[in-house]
Amino acid sequence: MRRPALGAILWGVIPFAGTCFSVGLWDRINPRVLGLPFSYFWLISWLFLTPLCTWRAYRIEAKRDAAARTPRQRGEA
Amino acid sequence: MTPSAVALTIIFFIVGVGTAVGFYAGTRHKMTLEQWTVGGRGFGIVLMWLLMAGEIYTTFTFLGASGWAYSRGGPALYIIGYQPLAFLVSFYILPLVWEAGQKHRLQTQADFFRVRYGSKHLAALVALLGVVCIVPYLQLQLTGLGIIVEGASFGGIGRAPAMLCAFTLVAAFVFFSGVRGVAWVSVLKDILLLFAALFVGIAVPYIYFGGIGPMFTAVIQAHPSHLMMPGATKNFGHPWYITSVFMTAVGFFMWPQNFAASYSAKSGDTLRRNAMVMPMYSITMPLMFFVGLTALMVIPGLSNGDLSLLTLVRKTFPPWFLGVIGGAGALTAMVPSAILILTAATLFAKNICRDLFAPNMTDRGVALLARVMVLVVTAAALVSAIHSSLSLVSLLLVGYAGVAQFFPGVVLGLFSKRVTLPGVFAGLVTGFTVALVLMLSQRDPFHGLNAGFLAFCINFLVTGIVSYCTPVEPYRLDDAPASAIPAEGPYAH
Repeated sequence: MRRPALGAILWGVIPFAGTCFSVGLWDRINPRVLGLPFSYFWLISWLFLTPLCTWRAYRIEAKRDAAARTPRQRGEA
Repeated sequence: MTPSAVALTIIFFIVGVGTAVGFYAGTRHKMTLEQWTVGGRGFGIVLMWLLMAGEIYTTFTFLGASGWAYSRGGPALYIIGYQPLAFLVSFYILPLVWEAGQKHRLQTQADFFRVRYGSKHLAALVALLGVVCIVPYLQLQLTGLGIIVEGASFGGIGRAPAMLCAFTLVAAFVFFSGVRGVAWVSVLKDILLLFAALFVGIAVPYIYFGGIGPMFTAVIQAHPSHLMMPGATKNFGHPWYITSVFMTAVGFFMWPQNFAASYSAKSGDTLRRNAMVMPMYSITMPLMFFVGLTALMVIPGLSNGDLSLLTLVRKTFPPWFLGVIGGAGALTAMVPSAILILTAATLFAKNICRDLFAPNMTDRGVALLARVMVLVVTAAALVSAIHSSLSLVSLLLVGYAGVAQFFPGVVLGLFSKRVTLPGVFAGLVTGFTVALVLMLSQRDPFHGLNAGFLAFCINFLVTGIVSYCTPVEPYRLDDAPASAIPAEGPYAH
């Protein structure tokens, strides 16, 4: 089975670092942003930053797919 | 009309419309086993999105999240933390699962294990453990539904009769419409849920505090430590957060219903793109937190935090609005329940009954048996819901600790040629046992760590060690698909 490219995996590590392992850094109330405690602001931002990272990973994977396209049918457009 | 009659009428109306949509969508296709379980494998990104959102945003989103924000505070943040990560994990795994599913005509999660490790006994074990995990999750939905009807009727209808009514309806709905019907009811459910979450999550803090910012200021002044971990709890600190987020993120698509949902996709690329857009839908979660925190200030002292959303809505808005919220809530319980029941029934009929006891059963026989199992599974969850008092989030965490144990078997199965059947068998049994023992003996969190996470680590270790000590096995996903599924009936594609 084909493994994901290293670059694509690295893009996936970023959100884990940002929202999971780093909790000690952002679990705080101040500074408040837009009235939200900092922890809320931080996690809500990652609802949008994570798709961005996934999109970067997608670009890498899609490029690799296109390069290694086999005669076998690979899904829709 | 009394306020409760108004609210209940609207709830039943919404539920009725939802059920009708499901029946209609379901009956337009001929119901073979393949249609019933995986919708004929033709779901594009829109239907796929609806199916996944239908499974994922459950009554837990609605009542459980606000409930934990109310009763525990800081630790509830794990819910916003894990959701984007779960989709991120799916980006790497699901396209490969889809590929295997397409090639070997897989319909259930246990099918994957059977083909990859060449053992119907492992598959039956996976199916059985999957059903065991589904029951508390289903129970969560039932309890939520009971809370909604009880709340909307101002206590006039008891929780048990409410659950009984609703679940008769869900069982009937699954029985007739299968996975496609469920995906379409999701449309109605998601529109209502989004509207309800956006409106209530913003309106409620405005009504009582003049805004979300002032609401937080009030909470911080009244309960200075509530918003940070461990909040109102003793041992749900940062180590618990990290281990819980990690376990739920990797465990998420190990739920048999989420795993099998990937087979319904039209292509692996659909799943990748789906993984990109799904996290943004989680924006409803913080809104539910706002409601729970407002409730903490306005109606303190509720015995059960899960009641906070409905109690606050009932106090703030007219009865018809309570009905709309209740109806949205009822659909968010019914849609995932339908999927859970469908998954459990198929696992039972196909991977346990047929594979172990009646290898000659046709697909049509399995489909029939699965429909009978719908009733059995529903009844089991109903009985356990009526007799249990766990909070919604606790029920969810119990199920996650179990399903996360499938992860080593799936991921090593996809990416490693060295992993063996005895390895996965030993890891799964050990992991599941550890999770069960820690959970049932009330040792979660264990020394500040999520018990399911610990079981998960032990599972990985055992799987690895035993695999290295046993002889290499072929990588069966690359085998010719012919041997994968026993003789198909005339309904096979």
